[in-house]
Amino acid sequence: MNSVLQMTVNGRPRADVVADNMLLVDYLREVCGLTGTKIGCDGGECGACTILADGGARLSCLTLAHSCAGQVIETVEGQATRGELSAVQSSFHEKLGSQCGYCTPGMIMTSESLLRTNTNPTEDEIREALGGNICRCTGYIKIIESVQAAAEIINASREAAE
Amino acid sequence: MEVLPEFKLHRPGTLAEALKIRGSLDEARYISGGTDLLANIRRGLTPTENLIELSGLSELQRFEADADGLHIGAAVTLATIGNDPAIKQDYAVLAEAANAVAGATHRAVATIGGNLCLDTRCLFYNQSQWWRDSNDGCMKYEGEICHVVPTSKRCYAAYSGDTAPALLVLNAEIEIAGPDGSRRVPLDDLFNDDGIDYLTLAPGEMVTMVHLPAASKSKTASSYTKLRIRDSIDFPLAGVAVRVTQENGKVTALDAAVTGTNSTPIRVTGCDAFVGLEFDEEQGQKFAKLVQKQTSPVQTTTTKPQYRRRAVTAMSKTLTQNLLQALSA
Repeated sequence: MNSVLQMTVNGRPRADVVADNMLLVDYLREVCGLTGTKIGCDGGECGACTILADGGARLSCLTLAHSCAGQVIETVEGQATRGELSAVQSSFHEKLGSQCGYCTPGMIMTSESLLRTNTNPTEDEIREALGGNICRCTGYIKIIESVQAAAEIINASREAAE
Repeated sequence: MEVLPEFKLHRPGTLAEALKIRGSLDEARYISGGTDLLANIRRGLTPTENLIELSGLSELQRFEADADGLHIGAAVTLATIGNDPAIKQDYAVLAEAANAVAGATHRAVATIGGNLCLDTRCLFYNQSQWWRDSNDGCMKYEGEICHVVPTSKRCYAAYSGDTAPALLVLNAEIEIAGPDGSRRVPLDDLFNDDGIDYLTLAPGEMVTMVHLPAASKSKTASSYTKLRIRDSIDFPLAGVAVRVTQENGKVTALDAAVTGTNSTPIRVTGCDAFVGLEFDEEQGQKFAKLVQKQTSPVQTTTTKPQYRRRAVTAMSKTLTQNLLQALSA
């Protein structure tokens, strides 16, 4: 069964004919061509496919594309503005939060979602938020430092703006 | 993991519409958060030609307190429940159990109704089609025998919902709706001690609402503790919920329930024996024995049943002692 699906992906409104049984991750990768979102475990156990739906972190491998009709979807490709990395992205780069890189898009999207609601997370809060994101290189310490660095950048730029 | 089979996704606007759609179909499944169901469908475990999506229905999003207690719609997410200040205050065991389910990203969409109706789990069931085929399936699905207890006539898959024991010790009632009408029953009546027919819901029925009695006026403490392989994400190897009240150092009420050990959540019976007593080491041991007698983990996980059996008794005793200590302080 196919029907028209409308949603906003990385700021652009889209309308595509999508099958009822298409997962959001397959829609993003195969229909939108946004392969930054990764398929890791494929069953909600690893977090590599995490994207934002209306600002909240979601596992796109456990979400039907049609369930997101009308929502605002963001992927890792939508995080940079005019070629400039987001605070989370640049912090992962600077603090070596990425090793093989496969879990990184999911880590970045979950961190982004956390920092939008809490710009001063404690280490425990960061660990809790990222609890469903698995890094098989096990570079967790650097990942947590990256999120802390991103929080500092966000807070500094806020203060500068005020 | 396998691709999703073909199905039609129905997205009704009201509960009445959802029930009407269900009534018109021979076969369908309800879906809300989908965190467990979609993974199972992909593994070929729960084939369906129709999914009816419930997460957007306002009737199932009701979340309010009145003189009768607290009313939680079945589609309220575990994140909402786990972070709610009033639940943390008055029904701590429920907030803790909700927060112990999977990871934060799952809890953002997973619902209380879905967690209550969570499919039973087993080492021989929650596997790929290829893995299961190499075993000729199992009694629960596409096979004849239970590989856990091969001589058994029933399936031993373990009930693994975390919120059920918490809601049992809080004496929750649930509302059930189906194409033929609705009813309200104690939560205990939802479950059945069988890995295949683990719920008493008739075809087409769903849980629509959880009702909690008004918070107790007496000094109560409640908590949930969970044993799992990875603390950040896994299903329970065993989970224990306890609620106690105490006056002048003596227990005045004690309720306990366990998940993850049997095909149904277990409400521990015989806890009244501790009322009027000081819960000292001797009573603690007796309580642990009581829990041990009523729970029976088998090889449904990679962890040895013997370890889970010992852990669940120790967890029950320690949790109760800690709660009573907190009440005395």
